[in-house]
Amino acid sequence: MFHFKTSLLAGLMASTLAVASVQAATPDNMLVVAQNIDDIVTIDPASAYEFSSGEYVANTYDTLVRYDAADTTVLAPALATEWRVDADNKTVTFTLREGVTFHSGNPLRGEDVVGSWKRVVSLDKAPAFILTQLGWTPDNIEQMVTAEGNTVTVRYEGDFAPSFVLNVLAARPASIVDMQTVMANEVDGDMGHAWMNQNSAGTGPFALQSYRPAEILTLQANPDYYQGAPAMERVVIQHNPEGASQRLLLENGDVDMAKNLDPNQIAGLDGVDGVTVETYPQAAVHWVSFNQKVDTLTDPAVWEAARYLVDYDGMASSLLKGQMKVHQAFWPDGFPGALTDTPFSYDPAKAQQILAEAGVDLPINVTLDVISAPPFTDMAQSLQASFAEGGINLEIVAGTGAQVITKYRARTHEAMLLYWGPDFMDPHSNAKAFAFNADNADDKYASTTTWRNAWMPPAEMNQKTMAALAEQDAEARLAMYRELQQETQAKAPFVIMFQAIKQVAMRDAVTGFVNGATSDYVFYRLVEKE
Amino acid sequence: MALSEENRKGRDRASLPPWVKTTALTMGSIAVTMLGLLFVTFIIGRVMPIDPVLAIVGERASQSTYDAVYLELGLDKPLVVQFAYYIWDVLHLDFGTSLLNARPVSEDIARVFPATLELATLGIIIGVVIGVPLGVIAAVRKGSWTDQVARVVALVGYSMPIFWLGLMGLLIFYGILGWVGGPGRVGIFYVDVVPSVTGLILVDAALDGNWDVFKNAFSHIILPASLLGYFSLAYISRMTRSFMLEQLSAEYITTARVKGMSEWDVVWKHAFKNIRVQLVTVIALSYAGLLEGSVLTEIIFSWPGIGSYITTALLSADMNAVLGGTVVVGLIFILLNIFSDLLYKVFDPRAK
Repeated sequence: MFHFKTSLLAGLMASTLAVASVQAATPDNMLVVAQNIDDIVTIDPASAYEFSSGEYVANTYDTLVRYDAADTTVLAPALATEWRVDADNKTVTFTLREGVTFHSGNPLRGEDVVGSWKRVVSLDKAPAFILTQLGWTPDNIEQMVTAEGNTVTVRYEGDFAPSFVLNVLAARPASIVDMQTVMANEVDGDMGHAWMNQNSAGTGPFALQSYRPAEILTLQANPDYYQGAPAMERVVIQHNPEGASQRLLLENGDVDMAKNLDPNQIAGLDGVDGVTVETYPQAAVHWVSFNQKVDTLTDPAVWEAARYLVDYDGMASSLLKGQMKVHQAFWPDGFPGALTDTPFSYDPAKAQQILAEAGVDLPINVTLDVISAPPFTDMAQSLQASFAEGGINLEIVAGTGAQVITKYRARTHEAMLLYWGPDFMDPHSNAKAFAFNADNADDKYASTTTWRNAWMPPAEMNQKTMAALAEQDAEARLAMYRELQQETQAKAPFVIMFQAIKQVAMRDAVTGFVNGATSDYVFYRLVEKE
Repeated sequence: MALSEENRKGRDRASLPPWVKTTALTMGSIAVTMLGLLFVTFIIGRVMPIDPVLAIVGERASQSTYDAVYLELGLDKPLVVQFAYYIWDVLHLDFGTSLLNARPVSEDIARVFPATLELATLGIIIGVVIGVPLGVIAAVRKGSWTDQVARVVALVGYSMPIFWLGLMGLLIFYGILGWVGGPGRVGIFYVDVVPSVTGLILVDAALDGNWDVFKNAFSHIILPASLLGYFSLAYISRMTRSFMLEQLSAEYITTARVKGMSEWDVVWKHAFKNIRVQLVTVIALSYAGLLEGSVLTEIIFSWPGIGSYITTALLSADMNAVLGGTVVVGLIFILLNIFSDLLYKVFDPRAK
């Protein structure tokens, strides 16, 4: 028995020693990121349409022009060194950069540009609509986009401002892929789609080393990157869905960056040695909308009163602290064309007056659909309390993201609390969503906030949206978008409340991380460790 | 003539070896159970208010993209036809493609199930090795401080939220003491270092002879496995105690003691021997529960197991993944039941 006890004790001590000292700082040439990446459906740029896959594409692929890591607010040359716009003939001519190679070592060719875009249009996956706006179809794409030597000529159909066309070509699905490698891995006519879900074939600063869904994604530096090899030889993105775990990993030095911490977890890092928190404005705007198929929500007085029934400052300074800031127009602050006025504040008395003067029957009982996750449920509860002050009773209906979207798409909701991020960095992306509806019929589906709330904007608003899209003068165009935002604030059944803010906690040795307004502008190539 | 033929058929049936009949009955039972399980899961998936097409194409895809995927998924066909197609594919070992990551479900399950298997197995070992002796001692020393401790241990195990306990465990043993590895199956420097043969990292590291990886993987698994083990031992120890108390009050135990048999022999060779059959059921059920995947434990410890896989899939209406996972979980229950039955026969000669 004594022998057994001694052995047991020795075994326990050995186990303790074996598992001790498991912590270690990450190497200087490796960036380890704790992040929830279970939103990734695919990593093929022709189909990638989630936040995390957007970050991946931004770091492994390039476009002809792009908002680069050096300044994410300026459209800069990338795989094209120069371009010439002929608005009359609806043509843009690009000159390709010399000496660029793909991760495979294959040189960049004009044929890769044509093939990459044809691939997106032909596969017709989720983000394809961004390119097909230019009038491209699988049948005409080879006539619309042609290559000769290092010159690529792009034609488009429609009255578009040149900046709009360039913004479309800077978007994620316009990424250029190594067509020789991709098509060599084609299976059953899939244009290499299955292979691209396991591999990268770009020119970007990083190449995919390994990817296991909801587990790990590892990037390897591209030493031949045309803007110079990244300092980090590897970027390891470790899936970690729980913020508290991410915080522990960061504090212990096992990761360099934690990306999904909530405000309480961020606050808990205050004063922690070796950890810093960076804040990045985001492009997504958060709003409440009213479905116009619901009779009690069709009176414009209800929309106007609702704008005074939101405790903007209260929410921004408490439950949304560090996550959102007050913003009341559809185009986000920090981007050309944004309207930064905040004309509305929490004023229940004014709301009551508006409703009384309009003769609205109170109370109004309405359901509010919301994604069942923080901070949305907290926001819904705040809205429930403040709307009740005006006689509008919100019944909160919480569901998963998929449930809420299903209902929203079918236009069977009443009120909706949701957010919208632009598909690409052009004001039209949001103007089309909030100020334009071509056809409000049930069978004319459009993925816009207007159609989904069954709201038909006034004819002049529709016309102005399309006029802004075609406006050739850049400043005049931006002025038109500012007017459209003002009109939306006055006339639409939407209450735009906040603009998102991203907070990323990182070891203070990490510098150079770039987190632009959307996931398409998250860059690791300038990261260094001091 | 007819009577004679009937008799002959009866003799033929009677002449079938018992194991053939048993096997046939078992297989039939498995087939019916699995079919029922799949049907119910399939129907639940289809009546959920979630559009699986949106899970694939996103909320902003054009109507043409939406329609193409709708047809590709066969959602235009009647439910019965969809189910029949699914069963046909399953019979050909094709579980379809996950809507959420565009990969074959069979590949996904082959990736996530070993993670759960490894964690659950270590968890149940901890639960049994500590829980059974604890239950026996608590029964033998009923009312003593040992019994009270066992009771408190079990009570805490039943009532403490696993999410909270997991986070506290991480904070203390990983964050403060640094005794164990953090979330994830293995440290970042050891990812993909040993070739994946079984998918069980401890086994693969041992097979490869890479003891650094083994130690690191052990440091990562020991905390979540202990957590699951603790919740198992709470149940196992209480059931063991209850079974043992029943046996210890039986007349044959009194007789054994009167005959002067040592207390060790009375407890372990007589009383414990007679609770083995019941205990096997309890342990098998606990193990099956762990093998389904403990979703919260997997989330806290970033453990890529089948529990979180099925849950994520269900919330997004990824029915191929849900059904594939259901097949695996169903099979686990059935296999563990069969295994329990076999052990009954080993432990109880009357069951042979």
